[in-house]
Amino acid sequence: MSGALEAVDRAVFAEWLQRIGDNVLILGHRVSEWCGHGPALEEDIALSNQALDLIGQCQLWLGLAAEVEGKGRTADALAFLRDAGAFRNLLLVERPNGDFGQTLMRQFLFDAFHIELLRALKASSDPRVAEIAAKAEKEVAYHLERSADLVVRLGDGTTESHARMQKALDLLFPYTGEMFADDATDRAMAEAGIAVLPSSLKAGWDRTIADVLAEATLTHPGEVWQHGVKGTGGKTGVHSEYLGFILAEMQFLQRAYPGASW
Amino acid sequence: MYAQLVKSEGSKSREEMTPQELAFQERIDRGEKIEPKEWMPEGYRKTLIRQMGQHAHSEIVGQLPEGNWITRAPTLERKAILLAKVQDEAGHGLYLYSAAETLGVTRDELMEKLHSGNMKYSSIFNYPTLTWADMGAVGWLVDGAAIMNQVPLQRTSYGPYSRAMIRICKEESFHQRQGYDIMMKMCAGSPEQKAMAQDALNRFWYPALMMFGPSDKDSVHSAQSMAWKIKMNTNDELRQKFVDQTVPQAKYLGLTVPDDNLVWNEEKGGYDFSEPDWSEFFAVIAGNGPCNAERLGARIKAWDDGAWFRDGLMAHAEKAASRRIAAE
Ligand SMILES: [Fe+2]
Ligand SMILES: [Fe+2]
Ligand SMILES: [Fe+2]
Repeated sequence: MSGALEAVDRAVFAEWLQRIGDNVLILGHRVSEWCGHGPALEEDIALSNQALDLIGQCQLWLGLAAEVEGKGRTADALAFLRDAGAFRNLLLVERPNGDFGQTLMRQFLFDAFHIELLRALKASSDPRVAEIAAKAEKEVAYHLERSADLVVRLGDGTTESHARMQKALDLLFPYTGEMFADDATDRAMAEAGIAVLPSSLKAGWDRTIADVLAEATLTHPGEVWQHGVKGTGGKTGVHSEYLGFILAEMQFLQRAYPGASW
Repeated sequence: MYAQLVKSEGSKSREEMTPQELAFQERIDRGEKIEPKEWMPEGYRKTLIRQMGQHAHSEIVGQLPEGNWITRAPTLERKAILLAKVQDEAGHGLYLYSAAETLGVTRDELMEKLHSGNMKYSSIFNYPTLTWADMGAVGWLVDGAAIMNQVPLQRTSYGPYSRAMIRICKEESFHQRQGYDIMMKMCAGSPEQKAMAQDALNRFWYPALMMFGPSDKDSVHSAQSMAWKIKMNTNDELRQKFVDQTVPQAKYLGLTVPDDNLVWNEEKGGYDFSEPDWSEFFAVIAGNGPCNAERLGARIKAWDDGAWFRDGLMAHAEKAASRRIAAE
């Protein structure tokens, strides 16, 4: 048993792992909804590839969550057999796809946070966390490069593409605060040296956002109301109406045929 | 197949050919590859554009019936495999559109022809995927039929098409394996799962046989395409091969092929089997299959909804280029 495991309560550690694993699972689900419907063949391929990366990362994070939890569950059991209230993903990743601009903006806002998180986690005191973070970081660096580039090009494209990107930004920005709101779980994980406080990632994210939005000629929404930052958001299992429908679709076979193997 | 009923331009006997046409035919007969910049008869070029365009359209429309189950895949592993598979199909579309572009037609022009109904895609993708077992049946039967056709096309006379086929074939066998693997799991599973697998075979068997196109006696365009090595085997040859390969696989799964007339014919060394209902085939090709409206509608919607995106990228590229020039 590693020192890190003793440094923090198993349930807290597993809870924290589910937050990361659920983010990539739900975002991967959303992105995969585009498969076959993208605005250009190259985008279709890139989106499927991104969904594939995210689902792959989810397998690792939820696999570790199940192991740490130690109750004999698997990554699949966590993904397919928990109800919405037990999911720990951010509200941002369950937002509907909207038009391609909204999908892209959601991706950019998340990628910019995700990369900061993974870079920090490479120094985790738990080698399993550090290892997954290092692997995921390579994929996510590419996701960010791509989403930032497209935000710039569409922000500084036609009048219509600019308007759509600004609208997407205004629509989604109120869901970004939750990424950096620390709570008791975050503090316990940071004290154990397994993770860092989410608030510590904010400065790096702010820089990326400011730089990219400026280049994209988009207006930063500034200080706006933020959802889910007062302990009642996705991280604690209080979700939007959308998650129930995502799960109804995602979990259908496992629910309709309990115990079947596929 | 992915290219069914491709209309072939003209068919000339050797005596009717000009010296240039004759020299071209002799190159093909020697097994030489024709490359984009080289002279080719107009009919050869047009027929290839039709066939490669139809093949490319089939790859991208073919994303839809399987894409239908990505969000409902039963495990994370299956979801990842299916995503990878459908992503490959989009990649196949991309290779084929690029290969077609070497013949002087743009991807946008081909898309426009798909959307206006002037170009077709394979009839198979107008059938619905109703259960998870359909993901198995599609990989096993549809990709299986595609492989039958595409393996010989690796030797087709047009260089870029041949090279696209070589890349594509490498991926297709993974597609068929993952499909068969789903079927194995379902057939070894609960009675409900096995019933789903049988139902999927029942629904996809005849549509899969239709993929090879009408019977040779009704296939009017084959001769010229075969002389040009754009088509390597007749429809019936490939269909027979497919049945002979697939029937033992169905037996291994413990599934019944939905054909009472299916019987081994010792003399020909292959199975005798029932022909699909060709009136259904022609109805599907004419736009009256169960999902034609949804499939084409989804492609048109993706294209129309994506217009602002493509325009935005174009506008940015132009701005960036003029900024570069201004800076010089
Ligand atoms: Fe393909
Ligand atoms: Fe194909
Ligand atoms: Fe395939």
